[in-house]
Amino acid sequence: MKILSLIIVLSPLLASILSGFFGKSIGRSASHLVTITGVAISFLASFFILSNFIFLDLSTYNEVIYTWASIGDLDIEIGFLIDPLSSLMMVVVTFVSLMVHIYTIGYMKDDPGYQRFFSYISLFTFSMLMLVMSNNFLQLFFGWEAVGVVSYLLIGFWFKKESAIFANMKAFLVNRVGDFGFILGIAALVVYTGSLDYATIFNNLDNLNILYISFFDGMNVPVITVICISLFIGAMGKSAQVPLHVWLPDSMEGPTPISALIHAATMVTAGIFMVARLSPLFELSSTALSFIIIIGAVTAFFTGLLGVIQNDIKRVVAYSTLSQLGYMTVALGVSAYSASIFHLTTHAFFKALLFLAAGSVIIAMHHEQDIRKMGGLRRYLPITYLTFLLGTLSLVGFPGFSGFFSKDILIESVHSSDLWGSNLAYFCVLIGVFITSLYSFRLLLLVFHGAEKFDDNTKKHLKEPGFVVTMPLVILSIPSVFLGWFIIEPLLFSEFFKDSIFVLPENDVVSYIGSHFHGSLDFMLHSFTNFTSPALYLMILGATLSWYLYIYNPSASKKIMMKAKYFYSILENKYYFDWFNENILSKGAIIIGKKFYEKGDVLAIDKFIVNGSAFLVKAFSNIIKRIQTGYVYHYAFIMIIGLVFVLFLL
Amino acid sequence: MFLDYPILSFIIWFPLLGACLVLATSKLRPIFIKLLALSISTITFIASIPLYLNFSLITSEMQYIEKYSWIPSLNVYYYLGIDGISLPLILLTTFLTPFVILSGWQVIKYKPSQYFASFLILEALMIGVFSALDGLLFYIFWEAMLIPMFIIIGVWGGDNRIYATIKFFLYTFLGSVFMLIALIYMYLKSGSYSILDFHHLSLSFNEQIFIFLAFLFAFAVKVPMWPVHTWLPDAHVQAPTGGSVILAAILLKMGGYGFLRFSLPITPDASHSLDWLLILLSMFAIIYIALVALVQKDMKKLIAYSSITHMGFVTLGFFIVFMIMDNYSSSTAALMSLQGAMVQMISHGFISGALFLCVGVLYDRMHSREISSYGGVANTMPKFAAFMLFFALANVGLPGTSGFVGEFLVIIASYHANFWIAFLAATSLIFGAAYTLWLVKRVLFGEVANEEVASLEDINPREWFILSALAFLVLLFGIWPAPLVDIMEVTLLNLLDHISISKL
Repeated sequence: MKILSLIIVLSPLLASILSGFFGKSIGRSASHLVTITGVAISFLASFFILSNFIFLDLSTYNEVIYTWASIGDLDIEIGFLIDPLSSLMMVVVTFVSLMVHIYTIGYMKDDPGYQRFFSYISLFTFSMLMLVMSNNFLQLFFGWEAVGVVSYLLIGFWFKKESAIFANMKAFLVNRVGDFGFILGIAALVVYTGSLDYATIFNNLDNLNILYISFFDGMNVPVITVICISLFIGAMGKSAQVPLHVWLPDSMEGPTPISALIHAATMVTAGIFMVARLSPLFELSSTALSFIIIIGAVTAFFTGLLGVIQNDIKRVVAYSTLSQLGYMTVALGVSAYSASIFHLTTHAFFKALLFLAAGSVIIAMHHEQDIRKMGGLRRYLPITYLTFLLGTLSLVGFPGFSGFFSKDILIESVHSSDLWGSNLAYFCVLIGVFITSLYSFRLLLLVFHGAEKFDDNTKKHLKEPGFVVTMPLVILSIPSVFLGWFIIEPLLFSEFFKDSIFVLPENDVVSYIGSHFHGSLDFMLHSFTNFTSPALYLMILGATLSWYLYIYNPSASKKIMMKAKYFYSILENKYYFDWFNENILSKGAIIIGKKFYEKGDVLAIDKFIVNGSAFLVKAFSNIIKRIQTGYVYHYAFIMIIGLVFVLFLL
Repeated sequence: MFLDYPILSFIIWFPLLGACLVLATSKLRPIFIKLLALSISTITFIASIPLYLNFSLITSEMQYIEKYSWIPSLNVYYYLGIDGISLPLILLTTFLTPFVILSGWQVIKYKPSQYFASFLILEALMIGVFSALDGLLFYIFWEAMLIPMFIIIGVWGGDNRIYATIKFFLYTFLGSVFMLIALIYMYLKSGSYSILDFHHLSLSFNEQIFIFLAFLFAFAVKVPMWPVHTWLPDAHVQAPTGGSVILAAILLKMGGYGFLRFSLPITPDASHSLDWLLILLSMFAIIYIALVALVQKDMKKLIAYSSITHMGFVTLGFFIVFMIMDNYSSSTAALMSLQGAMVQMISHGFISGALFLCVGVLYDRMHSREISSYGGVANTMPKFAAFMLFFALANVGLPGTSGFVGEFLVIIASYHANFWIAFLAATSLIFGAAYTLWLVKRVLFGEVANEEVASLEDINPREWFILSALAFLVLLFGIWPAPLVDIMEVTLLNLLDHISISKL
């Protein structure tokens, strides 16, 4: 197992090094071959491990690889924890990564940075694997930051583009705000449990319930709540939860393959994974759970709403990702960790599919991303259309599709929860279904249906991209459609996660639902008759409305826009988060910095104290030097005056 | 000890005598002078490796001791020896010097023999500072060091070098004078100049306060701590690349070393009662200076300010130990704090040195330090851009690079003392990323800004070699800091034992 785990982690790293440092000498096709092989090896090995967990009831593997440093009693070690949770994540990561690698051959074929791109995405795969396979917080943080850096590099891949290099810096800085919370959470764990190792920490949780941290006089907060909220702030950065969500839409400046891999399927779900991994901690603080519920609900609802008015094909999908991440977060908050991971898994497939299909449209349209200039593309791009349709149906939760199962179980979990905030969240996720359906079908209809809004020149060149692009789409649509049906029961209701995820009995909404679960078919049929939680009908309503607004009667949507102009301008400005960050926070920091520099360093310290004392010395010596003129008669005169003075005193 | 030649004396006197040789060859062809200087510094580095190989990790006693009577009437000895605090700093010095000499290979046309000799002399004196165990000997090395640095900036520096050198000299000299007074006072009290005797010298609380403040002046200027830091940006801006590298990588560490060697063990009670002051000043360095770094227009100034914030973690790590020891009986957290600060010093040596070398690479080609003269350098210098980005990320404290280790340990340790201190220290995650990545964005990324950038040539093999050697170490100590941490452990534990016992 040790060797296997090392192979999984190191083969993408090695491939990345080869294509990164020797890409020029080995050439383009050798670069993609070597990186694809590296990721394929990882995928096969991960799949082998996961199937062993499913079929052979493999026991959890937890071993140290080497000691990073040992400080007094604290041993900081690097090692791997491979259990059902991490093996599922490994398969998701390596599978989507493999598809993206293949897709990239087509998408980036004319780009001068071809080898560099392959090197980055393999490096990303390595980092993400380090993150999910970690058995300790140090390595988790390493993977956490490493995926952030690769994301930084990839968003800014086209580093000549001003918008891209602004977006990547923004992404890094916003993530750093999250990491700021994260590192404080890690520090608190070391302080109160004396370890960085998951297993050791989980065995030393007793103290955390009774201890308090005093922030101010009289404001005492239980340690566990402080730790959980600190760690969750980290998750908010990486998984783009309000108010740290602002970087994700801008990250669309990067090439589309990485939007699929990093900003939809894997990296942004790292926060979700982290909270699920640390469920033994989060279960102990209902305050933190409620906090998570509220943040998730707000994200799910409000960012979904923004998706309705976007006109960039990638940005619509990006806002959809934000909203779906909000769903996953809500599920974490109601202790339905396994449901959240289930949605993470299905979402990884259908969202990667949607992004890659969007990329296929973008290639066909010669890098036009504005959906108002598309329309009717289904006739030209049949494979892309079909796979995009399947992805959309999965996203909106059409009965029988993967997304249906994961989203429905998620909504049911929120419905069943008694935690503070879950009522609000239930409302948000339910209305969210309507919104999801609205923007998804709007996108589908505007791009693939309706009138053709592009010029003849574009039309002439419009054709389905090559095999390397369409094949990943087809492969990804298989799990997007069927996976949910098959894995809902083994994943959620069969103790698959019993060693990975810990849930207090009173919070355990998933097994409560499980007690009413009688197979996938029954679950699906139930949604038709479930009028207390009419997600299905809201979805249909959303689809109908978007058909009415964008196909049947397009002028209606314009009228609504005019009527609700204030509301529309709020949406247009994305609730003014960017405005606030750019004008208040960034400008504020720069103004304060300038003041400190000009008034503090230059004026007070240098001019006043340093040069001032030099000036004083000079002024003083100017006076002193008058009494040592070197003229004998001056000295003689002073001597006489002195003598007279002394004589007087006598 | 293990080898029959005195290594410490050798690595001090060999570069010093070598410098004389280099000076004597000033009539020869420049390439010969360079090769001579390079081989002298390389031999010094190789000669210093046995220090590490034969270093005992289980004792906190001084090792490789050399002690000869020097001025008997004043009881002054030529007394050298090293422990886990000084060894890594000495190795840092001997390792970096050859690279600094290499970095001046092409650009130094004016009096090359004097230039290279200055660096060799500087190297000898710096090793002297880190290994001297006699107070007066230490002081002599400490002050003598100013001379070659003064010359390096004053002769090969930029346009405003005279102002910068005088500021540098007076600032640091003023600080050290107070240290001399403290040393003499302790000599009069104990009859010895041995630093180890000072450690056990019994001092009243008031005496400790005065001695502590005297040392504080000397060391705070060197570190430099807010508000006595303004000499550093000026000195950096005016210094030639090699001078900046040595200044940032090693000279600043003298202050940190001084705190560990003098302030903490000699005046533990004063350190304890004034720790709030040092913590406060460190916080100023971490937050105030980070904001100041954000608005710099000159690359070297920006990196200089970034150095000051990073050194803030060093002083924070040194002086937070008292609060930790008051809260916790176990020594782990306090040890973590000291180790974090020490690792931060070494790592900062590599990273800031490398960043100044990167600026030097650009300056050699374009003769501008202004950020606004650049833009889109990655288009014309992709290899260079990769290196500079790597070191920038290390400067941000990315895990997997050595820049992370020190910050991480100090933040965790300070959480043991007080939540708010850790909170404020952790803001460096955000501010550090802000000023560093903004620099990267403006210099490396974007469209090619002007014709000069368009005609830039990528790094040559010499530059590639220098940068990759540093990158290797930054990565090594990020992935596996254990060897570095282990060297210091016993020494620092002993120091903690020592300072936990009051002298009163």
